[in-house]
This record gives sequence, structure tokens and C-alpha cells, in this order.
Amino acid sequence: MNSPRRDVAIIGVGITKYGEHWNQGLKHLITEAGVRAIKDARISGSDIELIVGGSMSSGMFVGQEHTGALFADYMGLNPKPAIRTEAACASSSVALRVGCMAIASGMHDCVAVGGAEKMTDVYGSQATTALAGAMDRDNEAYFGLTFPGVYAMMAKRHMHQYGTTREQLSLVAIKNHDNAMHNPCAQYHRKIGLEDVLKSPLVADPLRLLDCSPIADGAACIIIVPADQAKKYTDTPIYIRASAQSSDTLGLYMRKDITTISANIHAARLAFQMANMKPADIDLAEVHDCFTINEIISCEDLGFCKKGAGGKTVEEGETQIGGRIPVNTSGGLKAKGHPVGATGAGQIVELVEQLRGDAGKRQVSGAETGLAHNVGGSGSTVAIHILSRNRGRA
Amino acid sequence: MEEKAVSFYWRGFKERYGLVGSKCELCSRHFFPGRVICPECRRKGKMHEHRFSGKGKVYSYTVIRTPPTGFEIYIPYVVAIVDLEEGARVVSQLVDVKPEEVSIGMPVEACFRKIREQNQSGLVLYGFKFRPLK
Ligand SMILES: [Zn+2]
Repeated sequence: MNSPRRDVAIIGVGITKYGEHWNQGLKHLITEAGVRAIKDARISGSDIELIVGGSMSSGMFVGQEHTGALFADYMGLNPKPAIRTEAACASSSVALRVGCMAIASGMHDCVAVGGAEKMTDVYGSQATTALAGAMDRDNEAYFGLTFPGVYAMMAKRHMHQYGTTREQLSLVAIKNHDNAMHNPCAQYHRKIGLEDVLKSPLVADPLRLLDCSPIADGAACIIIVPADQAKKYTDTPIYIRASAQSSDTLGLYMRKDITTISANIHAARLAFQMANMKPADIDLAEVHDCFTINEIISCEDLGFCKKGAGGKTVEEGETQIGGRIPVNTSGGLKAKGHPVGATGAGQIVELVEQLRGDAGKRQVSGAETGLAHNVGGSGSTVAIHILSRNRGRA
Repeated sequence: MEEKAVSFYWRGFKERYGLVGSKCELCSRHFFPGRVICPECRRKGKMHEHRFSGKGKVYSYTVIRTPPTGFEIYIPYVVAIVDLEEGARVVSQLVDVKPEEVSIGMPVEACFRKIREQNQSGLVLYGFKFRPLK
């Protein structure tokens, strides 16, 4: 793969609170995040040349497609071109990657990327049905398999092969709820304990309700420009050192080994190569914990620990703030919330706040470099971004 | 789940009623569902229809307790990935067994069962499920 022609930097971010916003629709959410990002970047809307917005299933959640145009319209950015990206729960990381391509190629100089999802206007079983669209609908969902069911089968197999325990799964949720206590935009500000997880109802064995990220509404937006121009806008640009994406089979059943996500391994290799870094160079990471098992599997795949040692890594506190590699300082999908189309962009917002040193009580001290890992479906799409305060090669 | 037109189910009869997939003559890999080209050999490969024996082992499984629309009356039900003896893997439900009796590695065989009914059209959907090997 060729290296980008122009490096890319982030000059502004904006995010809504995640959670149930009964009084706000999809268009209100993206507008709120967009306006915040534009304000944070200290630019004017007219500086934006392109909008790339992710949404996983606005059609099934609110009956609205064509959300590229909707986002541009309500953010007051007509007649600028707008693109919708869709890659299930990785929709807005893919939006960021498309934005990076637009800037790297020289085609645009200022791009607003982000995503939004409005999930609470439908009832629970309808949301379950919409999310099942991230998997192989004809061959998995047809037989009554659900999205939590997919990760439950990965968990079952991981426990079988590596001895990962029920308690280790719980510890992921507990840590992420602890972190969310200090994140104002998080859906939950509520500590949980081992007992709470075990008392929560089974969704798909062995996964319980408190292993699952919640249904949420929310939006996030990021303003990107060529790295060469970033200092014109801000003293603390955050540089995108790598933007990588990989694909794997849509169906989980097509994979040789479901205790690993091969697109994780592929995308991680690409990302570290692009950034000229290794896992030990990362100071903190947002890792896609749609279900607790995914944080364990993905930390292994990303090289933060050995294969099979993900459970132990959580147990030993290595992924806590202050640990060897803090994971999901924002609260993660589990406690910050998971408005699917906004999630990837939301992870980037967390990294930017951390790298600027603006993360308050959840600040990782001295954080220079962060990694965001965003999964679509059961790992059919994986997008990884590495962000740094340092530009690296000039 | 969404309600689909009859044509969707009609074209899936062979696959879902007969567990028919495909086999690549060149690399001998089996695929379910059947594919038009072999992802390994691509245009060099030669695909043929293959009816699976239906015998296999449980690779992984879960018990669904929060169902999608259309499956509400069936919970709790077991869904598994089955390793077919020819080498492909498939997803379906495990029946004629209590959830707590299922284990990884358990031998199973395919059987023909009702999957669910569509609420609005009244279509009854059928397909293969698996049961413990007798
Ligand atoms: Zn072949």
C-alpha cells in the first residue's frame, strides 16, 4: 500500500451525550455534534469542503436513508458534497478513513467526518433485528441467531480454548463503568460490581445484560485538514499517524477460528506499519467492547497481550487507567454507550481529548499516542486509527 | 426479522431444505451456502453442487434468550455453529436437547424443521436444524 501523499491532522472535535434522547432526532444529534466540532476547530461552516457521515441503519431505526444529504442540510452546509458511509458499527471510522483519503489525495482541504445513530425510536426486538443486519442475514439471522448470540459463541469458544473465565468478562464491564464515571458524555454514571453482572439477565449464554453495550442515541464529529495547514488553526493539532481498514467474511461460521478476528490482525499490522510503531508505543486505546468478550479478544489481536491472555490482562489491572495500557478510558461502548453509527468517531473524540490533556479525572498522564479500534459486525470490517501529538515524519 | 416475499424463500429451497452447498473440484473445499466461485482458486476452480451428509459436531453454541422479532415464542432456544464432517461450517438451531445438555464437540445430525411464521403474510418458513446424533 502506498503511503498517503499528504498527512492529516485533527483540529476540532464535537460529541453529544450518549443515551436516550427522546426529545432529539437524528438530525438534531448530528447538528449538535457538528456545531461543537466546528466551534472547537475555530473555523466557519463555509470552510468545510466535504461531509462524510456514518450511519449503520438509519433506514431501520428511523426510516430515513440518504443521511449524507440530511447531515449537510441540517448542519447548514449545502451545497457542499456529502457522503454516507456504512460498515455496521464501524461506519464512522470508515467515514474518517474516507475523509483522510480526500485530504491525502489533495482533493479537499477541510473535511467534516463523523456519524450518528438514533436507536431508541424503535422497540427492543426491532433494534435487535436492525443490528442483526450487521451479520450474515440469510444464513445466520434466518435461524434466529442474534448479534449478541454471535459474540456469545465467540466467548464460549474463547473460554473453551483459553480458559477465559466468567469473572474476567465481568471485570471488563466493571472497569469500563468505573471509567465512565468521569466522562460527562457517557450514557451511564453508575459503578457496578461482580454481583451486579451475575444478577443481570442472560441475553445469550454466557453473555448477560451487563456484558452488552446498550442501545443509545448519539453523534460525534471531527474536523480534519492537511497536517501542513494544521498550525494555522490550532496550537495542538492531533496527527493521524495511521488509518487502516480490513475485511473478513460476513458470517462468523465461515471463519477458521472464532477466538480471534483476522481483520483485527490485518488492520493492526497495516496501522503499526503506517505509523512506524509497535503496540508498546501506544499510551492508551479505545477498543471495541460491544460485548465484554470483544475487548478481551481484540486486546490480544492488537498485540497488547499474548493470544489467550486477554482475560488475565484485565484481571491484573493492566488495562486500567494507570495500568500498562489503559483501555477504554471513555467508558467504552459498554458504559459510554454505543450509538452504532457514531461510535468510531466518538472513540476518536476521546483520544483527542486525552492527547490534548483535556480528559480531566480520566486523563492518562503524559499520553502522546493513542489507538482507536472499531469493529463492524463480528469483525467483517475493522478500522484502526493511530493518533499522536507528534507528527512523526515531516 | 423482516418479512420477505415468497421468491426469497423459493430460491433457498435446495439450500435450506436439502443442505445443498458446493464443492470445489480443484482444492476439494466444501462450502455452505454454495458459492459460484471458489474464494481460494477463484476462476481456476470448478464448483459443483454438494449435498452434505448432515452429520457433524458442535463447534460453538449459545442459548438465545433475547430474540429478534418473529422468534419471541421460541425462547430460550439453542443456536450453534456445526462443523460438518465434509469440512464446512453452518449455523442453525439445536433441537431435541435441553440447553444445559449441549457441549462443544457434541455429535449432531441435521433434521428438517419449522423455523418460524411470518406475522403479516402468514408464510411458514422451514429449514434444517440439528439434533443430537442417535
Ligand atoms: Zn478451490
